[in-house]
Amino acid sequence: MSIRGKAFIAGAYEHPERHLPNRTLPQIHADVAIGALEDAGLTTSDVDAYYSAGDAPGFGALSMVDYLGLDCHYVNDTETGGSSYLVHAQHAATAIAAGHIDVALITLAGKPRTGGASPGGSGRVGDAPEAPFESQWGMSVPGGYALAAQRHMHEFGTTSEQLAAIKVAASSHAQHNPHAFLQDLVTVEEVLESPMISDPLHRLDCCVITDGGGAMVIVSEAVASNLSRHCIPVLGTGSYVKSTQSGRIDLTHTGALRSGPIAFAEAEVSPAEIDYVSIYDSFTITVLITLEDLGFCERGQAGRFVADGALLAPHGQLPFNTDGGGLCNNHPANRGGMTKVIEAVRQLRFEANPEVQVPDCEIALAHGTGGSLATRSASSTMILGRSL
Amino acid sequence: MNLPSNAAQPNLENSPFFEGALQEKLVLPKCKKCEFVIWFPREICPECGSQNVDWFEASGTGSIYSFTITRRIPGSWSKATPFVLAYVELDEGPRVMTNIVDCDLTQIRIGDRVEKVFEEAVDRDGENGPPLLRFRPTKS
Ligand SMILES: [Zn+2]
Repeated sequence: MSIRGKAFIAGAYEHPERHLPNRTLPQIHADVAIGALEDAGLTTSDVDAYYSAGDAPGFGALSMVDYLGLDCHYVNDTETGGSSYLVHAQHAATAIAAGHIDVALITLAGKPRTGGASPGGSGRVGDAPEAPFESQWGMSVPGGYALAAQRHMHEFGTTSEQLAAIKVAASSHAQHNPHAFLQDLVTVEEVLESPMISDPLHRLDCCVITDGGGAMVIVSEAVASNLSRHCIPVLGTGSYVKSTQSGRIDLTHTGALRSGPIAFAEAEVSPAEIDYVSIYDSFTITVLITLEDLGFCERGQAGRFVADGALLAPHGQLPFNTDGGGLCNNHPANRGGMTKVIEAVRQLRFEANPEVQVPDCEIALAHGTGGSLATRSASSTMILGRSL
Repeated sequence: MNLPSNAAQPNLENSPFFEGALQEKLVLPKCKKCEFVIWFPREICPECGSQNVDWFEASGTGSIYSFTITRRIPGSWSKATPFVLAYVELDEGPRVMTNIVDCDLTQIRIGDRVEKVFEEAVDRDGENGPPLLRFRPTKS
């Protein structure tokens, strides 16, 4: 059974703040839940399914359903790091298509700037079977992604200047977003002159660290037809867990190589038909490799693609991350999946910031990458339409 | 300076690897059914699903698959910067995460030949634990 056109994003909300010393973690989940429900024209009493990931406190969905006062017969705590919220959206759309639920609420919140909870990670990491073989070497998050970048450069001649072009494009979009954490336009030279964190990644190749969060509400056609808000149909979804490949990891691709074709097939569209993309951008290299994996350019050619200005909105070949993305705008709880979907919804509703609104945006793709490209990661791709 | 060396905590499943490390031997699991060399050490073959595993002494040589020189990092590793984090492809096939030590940071390249060096490590109680599997450039 295809889920194409069976589920609709009715509400999408990004917390406007990036520094929240005076809000608790549950409060931020509540702030974004209510924001997304209000956007849809719904209330907490309409929700019959709730989804959360490792950023939710306590017992996850169990604690949050109770805290928010929800009445749910369907909950899901799938944890795949930053891509969790796209996986949740896939699961919600599937459950809606099967007729099990009508209104799914998905929330993300975090306080990495103000010490509310450990950022990004899962409490289970210490017990991981791989831990005795991976936690002894000083692998920081940027260090892991640097391993992927170095190998991509080795195999394909990708350069630091090309990676920097991704940050430049994100910053050119963020300058029009009054909520963006970084609003200044940067140049390739400024990226290359920023401190080296882990060769070849500079500080400006890395995403921002922000408090905040976001939420989305996904509904059935029956519910959508009674809402006045423009509801965005889910055309296709796909997810894939890329393992360490039996200990022979290939660092030059991600799970998007598999999640993408599943989503494109279900949506019945090709990469050439995509008007706008939200690409997970924990680091510039994350974007570069994902563009190849999703088929927007040939393997090894993404460096040239981005350096030619393809990602610039509104008139580039493939406008991306028009909110400024995780690289400039927001990466709440060190997890970027939720904000990827939210900006894709804005584009399809023609509600992006006017300077970066893609004209006649009809089909958009949102993509999340969780875990680490250096080890195991989960990719999730969602294709959305302005209409069916 | 020396890199932080926190000993891993062996468990029932991976202890042959660490017992080998105590004797400065690289001991790896191999699937009895399909002969696949398994990494990371565990008693299941990720290729065929068999839990029937043998252990053997590997060469301890390989080449650099990828590396990064980490220059900024929070926590205990900050004092050890710059240091090399790497994946080494063992001659037996697996790509293992590690550090490259005793090397010239300006000369290190993907493809460089390297050999194992077991470095002393201490556990949480300050006792000596199984040494850590790191690599250094092969002397030519
Ligand atoms: Zn086997």
